[in-house]
Amino acid sequence: MTLNTFKNVFFSALFIAISFAGYASENPDNENDKAFNAKEMIMHHVKDAHEFHIVDWNNKPITIALPIILWTDQGLTTFMSSEFHHDDSGSHVVEKDGQKFVKFHEKIYQLDANAQKVTFDAEHHPTNASQPTDFSITKNVFMMWVSVIVLLIVFISTARVYKKSNNKVPTGIAGFMEPLIVYVRDEIARPMIGEHKYKKYMPYLLTVFFFIWVNNIFGLIPFFNGANVSGNIAFTLTLAVFTFIVTNLSGNKNYWKHIFWMPGVPVPMKIFLMPIEIVGMFVKPISLMIRLFANITAGHIIILALMSLIFIFETVFVAPVSVGFALFIGLIEIVVTAIQAYIFTVLSALYIGMATEEAHH
Amino acid sequence: MDLITPGLGLVFWTVITFLFLLIILKKFAWKPILGAVSEREDGIVKALASAENARKEMENLHADNERILKEARAERELLLKDAREIKIKMIDDAKGEAKSQADKIIVQAQEAIESEKKAAMAELKKHVADLSIEIAEKVVRAELSNKDKQMQLVDSMLGEAKLN
Repeated sequence: MTLNTFKNVFFSALFIAISFAGYASENPDNENDKAFNAKEMIMHHVKDAHEFHIVDWNNKPITIALPIILWTDQGLTTFMSSEFHHDDSGSHVVEKDGQKFVKFHEKIYQLDANAQKVTFDAEHHPTNASQPTDFSITKNVFMMWVSVIVLLIVFISTARVYKKSNNKVPTGIAGFMEPLIVYVRDEIARPMIGEHKYKKYMPYLLTVFFFIWVNNIFGLIPFFNGANVSGNIAFTLTLAVFTFIVTNLSGNKNYWKHIFWMPGVPVPMKIFLMPIEIVGMFVKPISLMIRLFANITAGHIIILALMSLIFIFETVFVAPVSVGFALFIGLIEIVVTAIQAYIFTVLSALYIGMATEEAHH
Repeated sequence: MDLITPGLGLVFWTVITFLFLLIILKKFAWKPILGAVSEREDGIVKALASAENARKEMENLHADNERILKEARAERELLLKDAREIKIKMIDDAKGEAKSQADKIIVQAQEAIESEKKAAMAELKKHVADLSIEIAEKVVRAELSNKDKQMQLVDSMLGEAKLN
């Protein structure tokens, strides 16, 4: 009963926030402004941003300013994102250490030395500006750190429960977290890697599992405005590369033999299989990367697209339909957060298990 | 296209964040948690094994008790049987002894009776012979004193003899 109430409140809040987001993107400050562009709004919310946009209030965006860190040919340059004054069209120029920066579609460009204003070609590429290397603390980095803080609090306090009690009985938060941890150990690591070697990979698998899961969940929470961390290809790429590194570093003789000189088949077949196996080595992490990215981003896009229907039809009567469908998708997304974290972890464990498997023929 | 182009900045921060998270959680969370969980599981396995051992021991003890009890019972039976046999034997022996003793006494008594009887008979015979001789003496004396009377005596004696 309580859970249901909680869910109701949760989803109401989610859709109010998403509706606000749509409202914000509609730019209602000018009646004659260009028509609502669903694609632009959705892409804006799915992609990373340099400031943390919460809500528009009285036509003024309320945001959290985030630090912008750039590596230019003059070295490190930092300033707060508030200096752009919420401009994302490249019209506001920020001067810092004699360098000029503009922000256009959430990309920061450095103007050429003598340019005063950025100009664009037909494909919206700046003609007189270059992109410095951007190490900014973006919305996604910020949210990632929030998730790290949450993870640290949750799991270190879980660990403290065991340290305090002398009989090692899980109470409080440990009672909730322990089944999840034991699940990762008994249903993922043990069957995939094997009884003798799984222990070494437990910290990696647990961290990946909970890191992805928590970021997936945070992507659905309205206040965070659907910060799409685990639906960002840079994030999934990084985790996939970690799995690739762990897999290949733990690969034994048997693993490399299966890649370069498949045992048990005739020589022409060995030569034929070698390039396939080498490609397979890279395809595995690439599939991990794309699967997580596509699943999470797709969920965000569907919910936002359903909400956009209200603004496309320009009638509030579509709202019940939109909210109903978005509620349905939102429920599915709750499940997907856990499933995608599980799949990423299972497949990582499977690849590690394949790399550490002993020869048995 | 932006959507599927990984941004270098986010890759950089994700690497740092993930490594930080991995190291901190490994040291302060996963190690103590997994250690505690496996310690507890080992404890449970051990407790179950020792409970099983205790149960077996109890069973053994029980079996031992049963065995000892059975042995004691058997011994008691044996003792009782022996005692019974001894009792019967003793009674039988006593009976036999008594009988033989009695027989012996009876035989002795009979023998004594027989010999007494013989002695008595011999005495009687002797007395009868003495008596006969005495009578004969008296008879002879009387005859010698008086002929008539001797005759009378012979007649009366004959008459007596006839009466006998």
